[in-house]
Amino acid sequence: MVKTIKGIAASDGIATAEAYLLVQPDLSFDKKSISDADAEISRLQDAISTSDDELTKIRDTAKESLGEEEAQVFDAHKMILADPEFTGAVEQQIKDQSVNAEQALNDVSNNFISIFEGMTDNAYMQERAADVRDVTKRVMAHLLGVALPNPALIDHEVIIVAHDLTPSDTAQLNKKYVKGFVTDIGGRTAHSAIMARSLELPAVVGTDTITKDAKEGQTIILDGLNGAAILDPSDEDIKHYQKLAKDFADQKAEWEKLKNEATVTADGKHFDIAANIGTPDDLQGVIDNGAEGIGLYRTEFLYMQSEELPSEDDQFEAYKKVVEGMNGKPVVVRTMDIGGDKHLPYLPLPDEMNPFLGYRAIRISLDRQEIFRTQLRALLRASAFGKLRIMFPMIGTVQEFRDAKKVFEEEKAKLVEKGVKVSDEIQLGMMMEVPAAAILADQFAKEVDFFSIGTNDLIQYTMAADRGNEHVSYLYQPYNPSILRLVKHVIESAHKEGKWAGMCGEAAGDNIMVPLLLGMGLDEYSMSATSVLRVRSLMKKLSTADLKELAERAVTESVTNEDNKKLVESYINK
Amino acid sequence: MEKKEFHIIAETGIHARPATMLVQTASKFSSDINIDFNGKSVNLKSIMGVMSLGVGQGSDVTISADGDDAADAVAAIAETMTKEGLAE
Repeated sequence: MVKTIKGIAASDGIATAEAYLLVQPDLSFDKKSISDADAEISRLQDAISTSDDELTKIRDTAKESLGEEEAQVFDAHKMILADPEFTGAVEQQIKDQSVNAEQALNDVSNNFISIFEGMTDNAYMQERAADVRDVTKRVMAHLLGVALPNPALIDHEVIIVAHDLTPSDTAQLNKKYVKGFVTDIGGRTAHSAIMARSLELPAVVGTDTITKDAKEGQTIILDGLNGAAILDPSDEDIKHYQKLAKDFADQKAEWEKLKNEATVTADGKHFDIAANIGTPDDLQGVIDNGAEGIGLYRTEFLYMQSEELPSEDDQFEAYKKVVEGMNGKPVVVRTMDIGGDKHLPYLPLPDEMNPFLGYRAIRISLDRQEIFRTQLRALLRASAFGKLRIMFPMIGTVQEFRDAKKVFEEEKAKLVEKGVKVSDEIQLGMMMEVPAAAILADQFAKEVDFFSIGTNDLIQYTMAADRGNEHVSYLYQPYNPSILRLVKHVIESAHKEGKWAGMCGEAAGDNIMVPLLLGMGLDEYSMSATSVLRVRSLMKKLSTADLKELAERAVTESVTNEDNKKLVESYINK
Repeated sequence: MEKKEFHIIAETGIHARPATMLVQTASKFSSDINIDFNGKSVNLKSIMGVMSLGVGQGSDVTISADGDDAADAVAAIAETMTKEGLAE
């Protein structure tokens, strides 16, 4: 029977493949008394040795398809399995208490987990609790004779069905075989959604029930354009979606022709479309999609993918690769934006009631200056290899910007004195994401070289609504006149001082938002690389003269988010 | 019984990669090898044991080895400590 499950369209495209359920099996068990401890221990040893073989296989596959770094986590798991204090303790428990292996394993594992989780001053150790949990699950599954999903071992085309996908889940997926994914929870800005867009995989999130609806091996059509998953499709459905997929491919081919063209509106005005990246690996996608620069290089991934603070040289290599790879096109690097929902295992941050309002981004950088200075030195050295621009995240006061700039100037002077080659034309700008800064943009504009508006945070802070909280997701209103007034003020303030303004949030590539932003005169639009050609194609059809009036109406006449959506839609349909 | 003291200089203490390297080195030897820190002693061949000690920067730890290859073991561990930047 055909069944259609609705969700949120998170990444464009259409795919048909078998469902692969990435869900945890039932690992519940009963506590039993046993009389033959040796037999129970040998059952445990069998489960451990099967688990170990499996981990070896997973590690080798992961290393081949995903790289050494992703494979290392499985080495850590193997070490836990080989740990005399761990397995020895389980055996001892079986002997001393005459309990079954499941119970003994569970007790010992919980004991270690609570020790690790109790180290509240050490986030790294707290994360090791997750490793112990993972290993315990694997051995437990073998003791109980149930199958665990092993995403790293996938060897045929599948659509991943999961409750949610964490960064480490996504890292373990073999991109050769994964054709798309669909999850129970999450929104367009969830990590899994962003990842899907950068991999150019169709994705549907927030279906609520897909893990209950879909069965392993069932055929699924994933419609990432409209946000739906079709289970057990009929021949007609398959035909229909084949056509949609073809139309989508044709449209992409049409956009593809714009790859080497400049972004020019119907009335001949030029704008810059840039791309957002997280690592130097994303560079190819930027070039393939013909972006006119990088408008946001999120350097925190460099910190998140490492086990300790990345050294100046490691950072320099990464920045140089990006700056050099862009061949003279501008690269805007955002300094470390840690805190909020992004944590570093090796840099414990205080537990906070409101992490998004707490110790994060530039607030950490200005406080832990040794980390900030290392990053700035690496950036300064990389500046000699191309057109580098630097921006600071979460600036709320003019003083913060001055302080950050002073640290930058100090490090620059030191390098110059040492004879290190650095560019003299590095622009220094800031993210516009704190409402206080946006309101005072006219003052900031006198001191910065540029603004880059971060819409996700600017909306979350202006609307006082946590962007990850589904209960208040209706408040994510990019077209709300309140947000648009701030955006307009920021752009006008920049222009008044002869500076430029860009936008690097999701909204910069949004079909409704782009006409409004053009009308306000936004200079640079930075988005997922895969959106660049679609937006370039859209801009070619638009004329800024009309849009000025449209943007004016959006901030003076409109009252609601919906008003502005309708305003733009009716203009475009004309 | 061979013993040697180390002063930990690594900013993040003994965890992650360095801990793994220490355990791997220790596991190559047949001697019983322990690490003592803050009044606690754990098996240096146990990653969980070593990590659960939570050795931070500026700590002093003592490594002791008992067995046929005790001297070689302590020397190898000292080498790993230096190579991993854990101790001078």
